[in-house]
Amino acid sequence: MTRKIVIAALGTALAVLAGLSFYRSRHLREPVVAGPGVSRVAKLGDYFGPIKGTVNDANVYVLEGREPGGTILLLGGTHPEEPAGRLAAWIVAENAELVRGRILVVLTANRSASTVTRLGGAYPPDFTIPTAWGGQKFRLGDRWSNPLDQWPDPEVYLHYPTRQELAYVDIRNLNRAFPGRPNGTLTERTCYAVTELIRREKVDVAIDLHEAELQYPVISTIVAHPKGADLAAAAAMFISSMEGFAIGVENSPKALRGLSHREIGDATDAVSLLLEAPEPFLDATRGRTDRELLLTGKDDFVVRAGKRGLLFEKIDEKGWPIDVRVGRHTSTILQILEIWSSENPAKAVIVSGVPRYTEVIEKGTGAFLKDPKTASASRLFSE
Amino acid sequence: MDTVVTLLYYFLTAYIAVLLVWNFVKRKNWQEEVLCVIVLIPFLLRLLRLK
Repeated sequence: MTRKIVIAALGTALAVLAGLSFYRSRHLREPVVAGPGVSRVAKLGDYFGPIKGTVNDANVYVLEGREPGGTILLLGGTHPEEPAGRLAAWIVAENAELVRGRILVVLTANRSASTVTRLGGAYPPDFTIPTAWGGQKFRLGDRWSNPLDQWPDPEVYLHYPTRQELAYVDIRNLNRAFPGRPNGTLTERTCYAVTELIRREKVDVAIDLHEAELQYPVISTIVAHPKGADLAAAAAMFISSMEGFAIGVENSPKALRGLSHREIGDATDAVSLLLEAPEPFLDATRGRTDRELLLTGKDDFVVRAGKRGLLFEKIDEKGWPIDVRVGRHTSTILQILEIWSSENPAKAVIVSGVPRYTEVIEKGTGAFLKDPKTASASRLFSE
Repeated sequence: MDTVVTLLYYFLTAYIAVLLVWNFVKRKNWQEEVLCVIVLIPFLLRLLRLK
C-alpha cells in the first residue's frame, strides 16, 4: 500500500509540473507598447461578432497618418511558429509613424495556434529576444490552431467554398482556410473575420508575413496574387539592388486553395502578398529543436543537407539569425509601401521610424522592442 | 456535430482514465504500477484542458 501511495504521489507531482508548464505557456502574456503611430486598437471581433471573446479575438493596431491615403494590412502570426513575421509586425506597431494613409497591424492572427507547440515535436514553449532592458519573452506557438480550441479534425479537410480536398490537419491552419466561413470552425471564422476587416476597412494591400523551411521551394520570396504581380516584381528588383539581400517572386497558384495570397485577392478588392523568410528551425532534417536554433538559425544537419543539394536556399555556418529574417521582412514591407505609394499617389502610405534590413542586423531586433515597464498604462496592450 | 464528437471524446478520455486508475489499484508489480501512472498523465492533462 505504501508503495502505491509513493508511486501515485510521484505521478501526481509529474502531472502537476507538466500541467503548470503547459498552463503558463498557454497564458504567457506578451506586452505590446503601442507606438507613436497607433491611434486606436480594435479587435478582430469588431469585424465579425462570433469571434468576439474567443481566443482568436486578436488585437488590431490601427496606425493612422495626418493625411488621408491608402490602407495596408500587416498579418503577423498566421503561423506563430514563424516568429520573424510576428516580430517584424511588432516592430511596425511599436515604432512606425504614419505621415499618410493607414497601416492595420495584427500581431497574432491565429492566437489559438500561438498557445500550443508542435505535438510530439519537442519544441521549446517560448523564446526571448534580448533587449537593453532585459529581454522580451514570446510564445513560440505552432502552425495549427490549438486542438483544445478546435477539435475534432476530419478525415479529409474540404476547403470552403471550393471543396478542394486538403490534408486533414489543415482544417486548423489559418493559411488554408481563407476566405473563411461565417458558420465554420474557429479557424474558418477567424479567416472570415480577417476578410471582413479587409472589406470594411477598404484595405488596398494585405501582406501576410511568414517563414519557411529551406527544403520548401517557396522561400525567400514574395508570393503575389495576379493583382499584385507588378508590385511584387518591382519590390523584388529594388530590394535586390538596394537592400543588401535578394528576394524572388512567385505567382499565387490558382489550383491551391485557402492561402491568403490567393483567397484574399479573389474575395476582396485588396492586393494580397505573402512574404517568406528562411527558418532552418522548421526543416525536417534539423538537429536539436531548441531556442538557440530558433534564434540563430544555425544547424549542422541542415548545412549538410545543403551540401547535398537538398535545399532551395543557401545556408552556411552563419545560419539564418532572427535579426536577418526580421530585417528581410521590414525592408520588404517598406519597399512594397514605397512602390505602392509612388504608383498610387492618391492611396499613398508614407511611414517613418521602421528600421530596414541593415539597421535591424546592426542593432538587433531587441533594439526596436519597447520596454513595457516604462510605458504608460494607456499605451500598453498584450497579445 | 463537432460538439457532440468532442463531448464523446472527453467522455472516452475520462473512461480510460478511470480504467487506468482501476488497473493501478489492482496491479501487484511496481513496474506495472509506474506504467499505469505514466500513461494516465496525458489523459488527466487533456481532461483538465491543459494539453
